[in-house]
Amino acid sequence: MKYTILVYESESDFRARTDAARKDAYWGAYKAYTQALMAAGVMVGGAGLQPPPSATTVRQRDGKRLVQDGPFAEVKEQVGGYYVVDVPNLDQALEWAGKCPAAASAGVEVRPNLAM
Amino acid sequence: MSHQAAELAARASYGKLVAYLSAWSRDVAAAEDALGDAFLEALDTWPRTGVPAKPEAWLLTVARRRLIDNARHAKVEETAAAALRMMLERAEAEASTNTVFPDRRLALLFVCAHPAIAEAARTPLMLQTVLGLDAARIAQAFLVAPATIGQRLVRVKAKIRDAGIHFEVPGAHELPARLDSVLEAIYAAYGSGWEDVAGADPHRQSLAEEAIWLGRLVVRLLPDEPEGKGLLALMLHCEARRRARRDARGAYVPLQRQDLTLWSRAMIDEAEAMLSTAATAKRPGRFQLEAAIQSVHARRVITDHTDWEAIALLYEGLLHLAPTIGARVGHAAALGEARSPESGLSALGRIPSEDVADYQPYWALRGHLLKRLGRTAEARGAFERAVELSHDPAVRDFLRDSFDTASESA
Repeated sequence: MKYTILVYESESDFRARTDAARKDAYWGAYKAYTQALMAAGVMVGGAGLQPPPSATTVRQRDGKRLVQDGPFAEVKEQVGGYYVVDVPNLDQALEWAGKCPAAASAGVEVRPNLAM
Repeated sequence: MSHQAAELAARASYGKLVAYLSAWSRDVAAAEDALGDAFLEALDTWPRTGVPAKPEAWLLTVARRRLIDNARHAKVEETAAAALRMMLERAEAEASTNTVFPDRRLALLFVCAHPAIAEAARTPLMLQTVLGLDAARIAQAFLVAPATIGQRLVRVKAKIRDAGIHFEVPGAHELPARLDSVLEAIYAAYGSGWEDVAGADPHRQSLAEEAIWLGRLVVRLLPDEPEGKGLLALMLHCEARRRARRDARGAYVPLQRQDLTLWSRAMIDEAEAMLSTAATAKRPGRFQLEAAIQSVHARRVITDHTDWEAIALLYEGLLHLAPTIGARVGHAAALGEARSPESGLSALGRIPSEDVADYQPYWALRGHLLKRLGRTAEARGAFERAVELSHDPAVRDFLRDSFDTASESA
């Protein structure tokens, strides 16, 4: 079964990506996590995303396209990336999700993918 | 006759059949529907053909076929339907060679209390899937509308299916934490809280027997886990006092004033035996400690007095393991009896006030302790709050009486 692990990050987490004192630890942790997923043969795909200020939200209303600066919802934690894993059941997906670096800070959300 | 046979088969094997079919199809709702259809078919067929030699196997075969048919009607992907057909063939081969099918109820219990399931849904889910209780009955026990419980159960079963929660008993490293939430859910069905209020509410009472049945099931399925035995001992101790909780007029009788001849010695003995077997594992836990506290109360049958120091000590142990509000209030009550009303009050004072604003046992205990200190006006305030927070009219009457005597002694 395929699951998506949505990586939520706080502003501080996003800053850690470029902060001189924290960036090595940040990128090192994600690199190790991604390699572990690949080594276990459960990684299907994923991507890291640029921080929320780079986001543009689009809504189509009455035939008009409304474009707005910023993320879809203004909340403290935003999606910073995602992984798609293929594992037999939810418990194993949760096991992997718990090892994601973001689980120890903001948190991660696990959703089963729709079968298509 | 056949109707009765079907009913008997239903009671004895409902949970076992649902567990097996759910684990097999990974879809609890579909398994329940299919089994429901199989029971209907039994009611129709058995009066004509006679009850089959193996009623459970018969029901299982029919329910499995129904699951496959329903999956086909739902236009499940062809690959999935093919997989189901293969499973059916394998299952039928198994059925013809095996007289017993594996008991998957333990796995089902762990699914019901899975951390990914909303806590409020765990107990209702367990009652419905393992015991076959209908939503109306569950709703009555939890004082909510049947439609609410119905919707909640539909949602949670969809989550089990869609999120791919697997029907397995957790491995050794995960077992204690996962078992704890199974036991919590069973205890919630028992509906017991603080000792004095325990089980007095007639709505909650209605599930006590079912909870004890589930407790016995866990002890049988996980004989090496002392906490399961601890929970069963705890529920049996509380249950032993059921008849003493109300007097002939239906008035609420607090633990200390209960007529000991009304306590069930058989249940107390069973609870004590259960607790001492649990202790041999030398792995104390929250439920064993709570049972031990009830065991001290039960000793009143023999010694005619309550060792409150022992109870206070056990509560201290409990607070280390599970610092719940109930345990903190229980600890304060024990201190109030063992030492002085002041020490009880100061223990109550150490609980953050926002945690107890709506907690009835806190206000009832506070009222009693203040009353013993002669602080009548404050006692009255606490009793009034306790009355507001009590659902059970008999408990409300009891508290009002305490409140009146508090006023009279002023």
